[in-house]
Amino acid sequence: MPRLAIDPLTRAGGSARVELAVDGGVVSDAWASGMTFRGLELSLRGRDPRDAWLLAQRICGTCTGVHALASVRAVENALAITIPTNARHIRNLLAGTMLVRDHVMDFYLSQLQDWVDVQAATTADPAATAKLAASQAQRQGQAASDFAKVQDRLRAELADGHPGVLGNGWWGHPAYRLSPEQDLLLVAHMLEAIGWQREFMRIQTLLGGKDPHPQTYLVGGMAVAPPWGGPSGASGRDHPQVPDANSPEALSPDGYGFMSGQMVSARDFVLGAFVPDVALLAAAYPEYVGLGAGPGGCLSAGEFPQGAKDTPEPLFPTGRLDQGNLEASQRVENAEFTETVTSSWYLHSGGNDTLLSGSAGQTTPAWPGLALPIQSLEGATAYSWVKAPRYRGVPMEVGPLARVLVGLANGQADLTAAIAQRVNSLNLTVDKLGGVVGRLLARSAEAEVVVQQLPLWLGDLRANLGAGDVAVADVTYWDPGSWPSEAKGFSLGEGPRGTVAHWVTIRDAVVADYQVIDASTWNLSPRDGSNLRGPIETALVGTPIADAQRPLEALRVVHSFAPCAACAAHVFSPRRDTPAEVVARVGEDIR
Amino acid sequence: MQDDGLYAALVRRGMTRRSFLQFSAAMAAALALPLSYAPRIAAAVEGSKRLPVIWIRGQACGGDTEAFLRSSDPDTVALFLDVLDIQYHDAFLGVAGGDAELARTSAMDRYRNGYFAVVEGSIPSGASGAYCLIGGRPAADVVREVCAGALATIAVGSCACDGGAPAAGSNPTGAGGVRALAGARYMALPGCPVNPVNLAAVIVHYLTFNELPPADLASRPLAAYGDLIHNQCERRPHFEFGEFATEWGDEGAQRGWCLYKLGCKGPETMGNCPTVRYGEKTSWNVRAGHGCVGCMTPSFWNAMGPAYKRLPSPVPFLPNVTVDMVGGALLGGVAGVMGVHAVGMGVRFKRRRMIAAHERAAAVPLGPLPPAVGDAGRRSEPAATVGLAPAEHGAADEADGRPDAPVGREGR
Repeated sequence: MPRLAIDPLTRAGGSARVELAVDGGVVSDAWASGMTFRGLELSLRGRDPRDAWLLAQRICGTCTGVHALASVRAVENALAITIPTNARHIRNLLAGTMLVRDHVMDFYLSQLQDWVDVQAATTADPAATAKLAASQAQRQGQAASDFAKVQDRLRAELADGHPGVLGNGWWGHPAYRLSPEQDLLLVAHMLEAIGWQREFMRIQTLLGGKDPHPQTYLVGGMAVAPPWGGPSGASGRDHPQVPDANSPEALSPDGYGFMSGQMVSARDFVLGAFVPDVALLAAAYPEYVGLGAGPGGCLSAGEFPQGAKDTPEPLFPTGRLDQGNLEASQRVENAEFTETVTSSWYLHSGGNDTLLSGSAGQTTPAWPGLALPIQSLEGATAYSWVKAPRYRGVPMEVGPLARVLVGLANGQADLTAAIAQRVNSLNLTVDKLGGVVGRLLARSAEAEVVVQQLPLWLGDLRANLGAGDVAVADVTYWDPGSWPSEAKGFSLGEGPRGTVAHWVTIRDAVVADYQVIDASTWNLSPRDGSNLRGPIETALVGTPIADAQRPLEALRVVHSFAPCAACAAHVFSPRRDTPAEVVARVGEDIR
Repeated sequence: MQDDGLYAALVRRGMTRRSFLQFSAAMAAALALPLSYAPRIAAAVEGSKRLPVIWIRGQACGGDTEAFLRSSDPDTVALFLDVLDIQYHDAFLGVAGGDAELARTSAMDRYRNGYFAVVEGSIPSGASGAYCLIGGRPAADVVREVCAGALATIAVGSCACDGGAPAAGSNPTGAGGVRALAGARYMALPGCPVNPVNLAAVIVHYLTFNELPPADLASRPLAAYGDLIHNQCERRPHFEFGEFATEWGDEGAQRGWCLYKLGCKGPETMGNCPTVRYGEKTSWNVRAGHGCVGCMTPSFWNAMGPAYKRLPSPVPFLPNVTVDMVGGALLGGVAGVMGVHAVGMGVRFKRRRMIAAHERAAAVPLGPLPPAVGDAGRRSEPAATVGLAPAEHGAADEADGRPDAPVGREGR
C-alpha cells in the first residue's frame, strides 16, 4: 500500500512533510521530514561574537528571542561573564512573556482547527454559548450578542465556498466531536486571542525595542537602561525617583505601570479562556490521552534562573527522565548531546551512522538528487533536512510535557499543583500524561505558572533598581582586547517548545565555530543508525485514520508537539577542532 | 464572503465611524501623506472588496508572519476577515497536504491577476532548489508560478528582498530575494522583520489609489524608506550636542543619549522606525536603548558591518552624509564637499517629490493640496536638522488617535 504523504504540513512553522503507512485504518509507521535547509551557523562564522546573537536570533521568529538569549549566554559562558541581576530579570521577563504567548497562540492558531469545526460553530445557539462561557470561568464572558456577531462573520467567511485560511478546514470530518456551542466558544476565543497577543507582546516591544526579534540583548547583560537618577554614590540617592526627562521609559514608573497592566490582562485571558478551553478539549477527546505517546525519554535543560546572582536556580528544573521511569530525574550533561545523519541529507566524514557530540558536529549538505517534485520518499535512506539528535544514543522528547514531567520528578511546587488540579479534574494519573492530551495540559499548566510569575519578576526588578543597583550590563570584557586568544562556551536553556543548546568557539576575537541543537530538531528528528524513530514518528504510530484523504487525527498528534520546521532547518557547521572537553552540570551556565 | 465593501464589514464587527476615520488618518500618516488625504482614503477603502492574498514562505524564520499578527491599524482579525482574503498561508491554513496545494492553485485560477503574492523568506537556488521544498517542489517554482498570476508581488522582510540571513557570510544554499521571480509590479518591504505598519500602508495605498506607492530604485516605498533614521531619531538632539552613551548602561544610556558611539547604524539606514515604531507605537530599538543595526538596508548582514563598530564619519560636520553617498558622489565624478552636501540635501527633498508622485498616480480626481500640512512640507525644509520637530509628533499622534502609548512622553 502506498504511503500517505502530508505535504505541505500546514501550521508547523515552515516547510515540513509527514509520510504515513496506514494499515487497517491505523498508522503502522511514520516518517517526518524537514523540507528546508538554511545554514545559519555557516553564516555566523567570522562574525564578532558580540553580535552573533543578532544572526542566531533569526533561527526562529515565532518563539522570537529564544536563540538570542541562548547565543549571548554561550558567549558569556566562553568569556566567563556574570550578568547583573537586573539583566537576568529583564531576560526572564522577555523569555517568560514569549513562553506564555507561544503556548496560548500555538493552541489557538496552530492546533484549534484540528479539534474545532468552524462550520459547525455557525449552527450554534448564541444564548447557550454565552451560558457555557459563563460556566467556564470566573472571567467576564462574552454575551450572546457577541457570539452572534462572531457567527455572522464566520457565515460571511464561509458563504462563497472559498473561505480564507481560518475558514478552510476539513469541516464535517467524523473526528470532530465538540458541540456547536463549544465550537463557537473556542472560535470566538481564537479571534479574541489574536487581538490579545498583540497587546501582550507590547511588553516585548517596550523592553526589546521591537517584536518579533527584540533587539536589546547584549553579551554581558541588556541594553535597556534604567532612568537616570543622579551620579552614582550620591548620598540619599533613591533611584529611580528623579528620572531625567529624556531617559528611556522602559524601566520608569510609567513603564512598570504599563507592563503590570498587560500582565493583569494576560493573567485574565490565560486563566479565564486558555486554561478552561484546554480542559474542555481534554475532557471531550479522552482517547487522545493514550494516543500520541512519545519515545518515553524526556529532557529539560531548565529555565528562568532565579535567586542569588552567582548561584541561581531555574524555576523549571533541569533533568532527564529515561524511558519508563518518571520518578528518577537524571543529570543532563552537555557532552551527551549527540547527533547522527543516517536519515538526513548530509554526510558525516566518519560514516553517517556515527553519533557526533553536539559540540563536534559536522555538516556537509548532500542532496542525493532525488527526482523533483518528490512524489514519495519511500525507499530513500535519507529523507529529511533535519538531523537526528540523540542523548546517549536515545531519542528524547523536549518541550512543555518534558519540562513538566521533569518538574514533577524534581518536586517543582507550582507545576505539581497545576498538574494535580488538571489530572484530578479529568480523573487521570500522572503516568497517563505522555500523549496528546498530556502535551495540551502541560502547555496550559506552564502558561498558568509563568503568567503568574511575570509580575513577581517585575517586582524583583523594580525592587533591585530601587535599592540602588542600576547595573544592566557587565562591560568588563566588552573590549575584545580583554579576551583570550581562544575561548569555548556553550549554553543550555529552554524555549517554549523545548531545549535549545548553542556551542561557540571564539578565536582571535571572531566566531570560529558555531553549533545549535534546537527543540524542534529533537522532536522532528528522523530515524538514526539504530533505526530508532524520532519522537513525532513514534507518536504517530497507532493513530487511527478515519479518512485517508483527510488525515485529521495525524495532524492532532503532530501539532501537539508544536514542531517548528523553521527552527529545525539549520545546520551544524563543519568542525575543525578537537571536541570541547566541557562537561558541566546544566544550569551552571545560566546566570 | 459578503462583498459589500470593507467599511460595511468593519461596521458589522462593531467598528465606529470615528475609529474608521482614525484608521484612515493613521494610514495617511504612515504613507507620509498630508492629513487632508484621510477622507479620500476612507472613501476609497469604504467601497473596497477584500483583497485576495497568497502568502508563500521560503527559507523563513516566521518573523514576518509574527509581525503581521501584530498589526493594529487595521487590526489583525480585520486583516484576516475584512480587509484581506488570505487564501493561502501555511501557518494558518486548516487543511494540509494536497488540499492545501489545492487551496493555493484554485485561488490562483479564481483570482488570476487579482491577488497579491506576499513572499516571506529567501528562495534558495542551490541543489536544484532542494534546499526549500513546498509540496515536494522547489520553492522557487512555486513562487514563480504564484507571482506570475499576481496583481503584484510584495516581498516582506529582508530575506525575501535580498536573501537576508541565509545569504549572509559563506552560506552554501544560494539564497536570494524574490525579485527575479516576480513580475513588473513588485514592492520590497525590507526590515527584520517587516514593520506591519508599512505592509498595511502598502495595502491601503493600493485600495485607495489602485496603484502601489511610489518607490525607490530598490522598489522600497519612499513613504517608509525615503529618509534616514538618523534624521528622524528622537535622540538626534543629543548627537548635535555631542551627548553620547559610551558604555552600555552608563550615564548616557540612562539619560537617553545618542548611541552613535556604540555602533548605531541610524546615520546610514533609510527607514521609518522612529516615526511609526513597533507594537502600536510602543517603542523602537533606539528608544529602548540599543542602536540600529541597519536591517532595512539591502544585504545588511554583510553590508552594515559589526553591529557595535562605530560608523566612520566620512565628511566632518556633515553627519547626514553617508559613506554610500560619498562613494556615489565620487563615482559620479562629483568631487568635493559641496557636491556631497548637495546629495545629502537631495535626500531631504525626496518626500516633497513623493507627494508630487502621489498626485500623478492618483486615479481619482483630487482637490488642491493645502501647502505644508502635517509633516511632509515641514520635513523637506533643509534647515530642519534637529530630528522630529515637536509639532510633527503632535500631528502623528493626533493622526492615529491614540495616546502616545505607553508612556506619553516624547523624550524632551
